[in-house]
Amino acid sequence: MSRLARTIATRLRGAAGARARWGALSAAALLLAACEGVALAQPRGGVLTPPSQPAKPTVQLGHELFEANCASCHGGLGQGISHPRPGAGDISGAAPSLHGVGAEAADFYLRTGFMPLSNIHAEPSNRRVPFTNKQVEAITDFVASLGAGPAIPHPKPRAGALNSGFELFTEDCAGCHQSLARGGFVTGARVPPLQGVDATEIAEAVRIGPYLMPRFSTKRISDAQLNSIIRYVLSTNRPDNRGGWSIGNLGPIPEGLVAWLAAIALAVLCLGLGRRLRA
Amino acid sequence: MSERAKDRPEAQQGAPGEAGSAEAHGGAGAGDAQSGGSGGDGGGDGVEAPARIVPPGLPDRGAEYVVLALLALAMLFAVGFIVVYAEYSPAEVPNQLLGVCIGGALGFAALALAVLARRLVVTEELEDDYPQENPREQSEIAQLVHESASRITRRRLLLGAGAATGGVLGLAGLTPVLSLGPLWDTAPLDYSPWRRGRRLVDPHGYPMLASEVEEETFYTAFAEGADREDIASVLVVVRLHPSELRLPKGREGWAPYGILAYSKICTHAGCAVALYRKPRFPVVEAKPALVCPCHYSTFNPATGASVIFGPAGRPLPQLPLMIDPSGHLRAAGDFSGRVGPAWWGVREGPPT
Repeated sequence: MSRLARTIATRLRGAAGARARWGALSAAALLLAACEGVALAQPRGGVLTPPSQPAKPTVQLGHELFEANCASCHGGLGQGISHPRPGAGDISGAAPSLHGVGAEAADFYLRTGFMPLSNIHAEPSNRRVPFTNKQVEAITDFVASLGAGPAIPHPKPRAGALNSGFELFTEDCAGCHQSLARGGFVTGARVPPLQGVDATEIAEAVRIGPYLMPRFSTKRISDAQLNSIIRYVLSTNRPDNRGGWSIGNLGPIPEGLVAWLAAIALAVLCLGLGRRLRA
Repeated sequence: MSERAKDRPEAQQGAPGEAGSAEAHGGAGAGDAQSGGSGGDGGGDGVEAPARIVPPGLPDRGAEYVVLALLALAMLFAVGFIVVYAEYSPAEVPNQLLGVCIGGALGFAALALAVLARRLVVTEELEDDYPQENPREQSEIAQLVHESASRITRRRLLLGAGAATGGVLGLAGLTPVLSLGPLWDTAPLDYSPWRRGRRLVDPHGYPMLASEVEEETFYTAFAEGADREDIASVLVVVRLHPSELRLPKGREGWAPYGILAYSKICTHAGCAVALYRKPRFPVVEAKPALVCPCHYSTFNPATGASVIFGPAGRPLPQLPLMIDPSGHLRAAGDFSGRVGPAWWGVREGPPT
């Protein structure tokens, strides 16, 4: 009797467990299908926005925007896709996981226009941001909710010192960004100029190291040092041109070009004058 | 324009020729009216010594000695340049001394020429068109030059001294060529402060802890207690995941916990390898690389800094690392190759 009761109990429990598992699986499949459906409906160029519902909580709005515009590469739940696989349209999606990247990274990539990318092999660059500020905030909130991660930093460049900022910048940043932050190249990628970039974006970029840029933790560059660096970078918007003529602040190459052109013009002038005098 | 241009050359072609010849005659005539007339006859006959064109001047022994002394000084300074260049090792050549030597040599040579011109050569101003083939005038010019030197008594000595100064100055100018090759003292080029057990310090002089070296960033390090100006002292340190490493054979254990140290001096032209590219998403982005900003030589840190792009001819020398019991990074030996730009004859090979 007791034995029979036990077997029935275990059978029942097993059935309940199986049913629960099946339930979870089918729910996940449904969710995935829904995501995939939204993803497949994504237009090629622009972004897709859900119908506006004024009372919608931002995280939910963010989730919807994410599924519509980010999920074909980052996965429906931001879990990342490690091997390129065909998604909506001609998009072949692959992207890192967003669990634990926090609001910092989401805010940076969205406000600079680095994301969304038109294809995964494209180099992220400063573009017009396709989202409204509210939408950016919503997606950022959603990405932040995926896992504990760093918040949006609040640097205080006024607390920094310009001279030490210049030193730190030449040591750690100028190799790629050029000493007056005019940008340049690294093998295989462009290095963006930093004029007109705001303090928060600089702080975010230093901490997360977007695309091919190295990452600098607080151990490597303290918050106080970062303030100084940002103060210096902001000062390059309007550098003090002692010579009077900046020639693009690009260093010896434009200066050399100008010198050559001036010398050639002078030589031609001299030749002309000489011919005049002789005639 | 065309008409005026046509008029002009015709009007002026006649004029300068006439004016020039008139002046030349006038000049000669002013010197000695009679000889100007008879000079023509003499040149035509070619038997007697031609009459003077340039007025004779008195010999000036004093001025000659001054010139000789100045030339001697110029030679002394030029020799000084060579001696200074040869005496000091390339890294320690005092530029100021070199400048004083070459400047002194050129200055004294110029002074000697100035004295020669002002006090010894008889000056005569002549203006003429570019001469047509005219043997008479040519001999006149030769005579002119010859007679201009009439005040000089020690002709050969002066010529010799002038030639010697020119020679020594030329030699001084050629001396820096020696820097191109390992003819002289090349020991400083092979010097390295790294020995087994030497600690790595950060730019502020603090010893580097292995636990503080993070992935996805780069560090600059120096040899503890060594001169930072020494090109073999400075390192670029990066950390990769140990599974990513594909170091050449014989370098097992050179990168504890994936921490790699390479010379920061590019093997192409000696710039500082100041760029580190580290992909955020390696699946689609470029591999990690150390890049030199001068000519974009690109090195792969995972494979012993082999060259993957750019003009560098050999990998960055790698420094074997070890971690001491207190957790500090120390060198486990010297570099895997010669540090610095590729100079004559150096491509590969261990430091001597």
